Amino acid sequence: MKFWRLPLDAKDHSIPQGELVIIKDRCKGCNFCIEFCPNQVLKESSEFNKKGYHPPQVTKQGECVNCNLCEIICPEFAIYSELKTYKELTSEDILNYSKKFGA
Amino acid sequence: MKIRHRTLVPFDPQSTTRLREEQHGLHPDDVYLKPGRIPHIWCPGCGLGVVLNTYINGLKMAGLPVDRTAVVSGIGCTGRVAGYLNMDTYHTTHGRAIPFATGLALVRPDLTVTVFSGDGDLFAIGGNHFIHAARRNINLKILCVNNFNYGMTGGQAAPTTPVAARTTTTPYGNFEHSFNLPFLAYASGAVYVARWTTFHARHLVTAIAESLTRKGFTFIEVIAPCPIGYGRPNKLGSGLDEMKFYRENSLVQNDADPREADIGLKGKIIVGKFIDQSRPTFDQVYEENILKKFTRSA
Ligand SMILES: Cc1ncc(C[n+]2csc(CCOP(=O)(O)OP(=O)(O)O)c2C)c(N)n1
Ligand code: SF4
Ligand code: SF4
Ligand code: SF4
Ligand SMILES: [Mg+2]
Repeated sequence: MKFWRLPLDAKDHSIPQGELVIIKDRCKGCNFCIEFCPNQVLKESSEFNKKGYHPPQVTKQGECVNCNLCEIICPEFAIYSELKTYKELTSEDILNYSKKFGA
Repeated sequence: MKIRHRTLVPFDPQSTTRLREEQHGLHPDDVYLKPGRIPHIWCPGCGLGVVLNTYINGLKMAGLPVDRTAVVSGIGCTGRVAGYLNMDTYHTTHGRAIPFATGLALVRPDLTVTVFSGDGDLFAIGGNHFIHAARRNINLKILCVNNFNYGMTGGQAAPTTPVAARTTTTPYGNFEHSFNLPFLAYASGAVYVARWTTFHARHLVTAIAESLTRKGFTFIEVIAPCPIGYGRPNKLGSGLDEMKFYRENSLVQNDADPREADIGLKGKIIVGKFIDQSRPTFDQVYEENILKKFTRSA
């Protein structure tokens, strides 16, 4: 989808911001959360956990939109997100959105 | 030559207590899990953890309190869920989850009884129970994890193994026609029939919540990766590769004809909510036809 300008009702919308909690020692390194996060917030870390796997780490601080997908797709109950705050929708967000999903 | 023997470490009876103290409660969904049972036994990349997770989220979405629910499972990797969920669960013998759950659902109509089991358990050894419970429209919620093989016993062929797929018992490729589970469920009389893959976690949560609120026999098939039993002999890669395969090859078709929903080794997988209808449940017709005859009018 492509937006040409800031939608007129932009002030009625906001972007949720999530904070991630990763329980590193539970992770079995399946990478589901990393691959399927819609905002590519996560990355495999180089550190080893107790079991010898590489747990995910947050790369783009502040880009998690608290959608909870990583939380419901993790087979190990090793990651979840908590709503931290809401961010106002700016024309920059719209531009980034168009860039990411635009034709 | 000197032989050095390793000192034997006896089973640590404190390990469960320690796990419970160190690990339990770190995740908000831990209240739904029996203390000290996580990590579960499932392989890295296995889809079963995703189904367990989405089931818990489905319960939350349906707003069902855990003391009003029960989960019955059979034998297999999938059957292990009974040991992980912190609610009334029962791990039955192989193939007999439905008969046990039928008794439970009839005696305790106030409970929402889920049968959570594998494709082998429900459709090989337990196939007959499935069709008759569906025909009678017993108030059961069936959640079948289809990983196309018998995962637990070493990757043997199941009635769901697609034609040409290799398993330990079909080293030249399976030549038997496989069941199309949504069609089987629909033809047997299920009132709600859906299929999703573990990649469709969000749809799956909604479908589970929906099925929990329907009256009668509901059926959800969840296609899940089994990188060890099914992925390896068929060169499908890791669990993540199977998940990516689902992302690229699933066609969401709600209200699709279940007859068209066959699955091959490669090729498209039709997913969606296929059937959502209502018809009198076993309890209702029993009350209507039998119980009413014996209740004296005042
Ligand atoms: C009466 C009986 N027959 C055979 C077995 C061996 N057995 C254990 S699990 C299993 C198949 C499980 O397959 P499925 O239900 O697909 O579960 P999965 O492990 O794939 O999740 C079999 C045949 C058994 N435990 N009991
Ligand atoms: S909550 Fe959503 S956006 Fe945030 S990390 Fe998880 S999947 Fe990504
Ligand atoms: S989904 Fe869970 S187990 Fe898999 S990599 Fe992410 S945190 Fe680890
Ligand atoms: S054998 Fe297959 S189904 Fe069983 S735990 Fe391993 S990956 Fe999962
Ligand atoms: Mg199986």
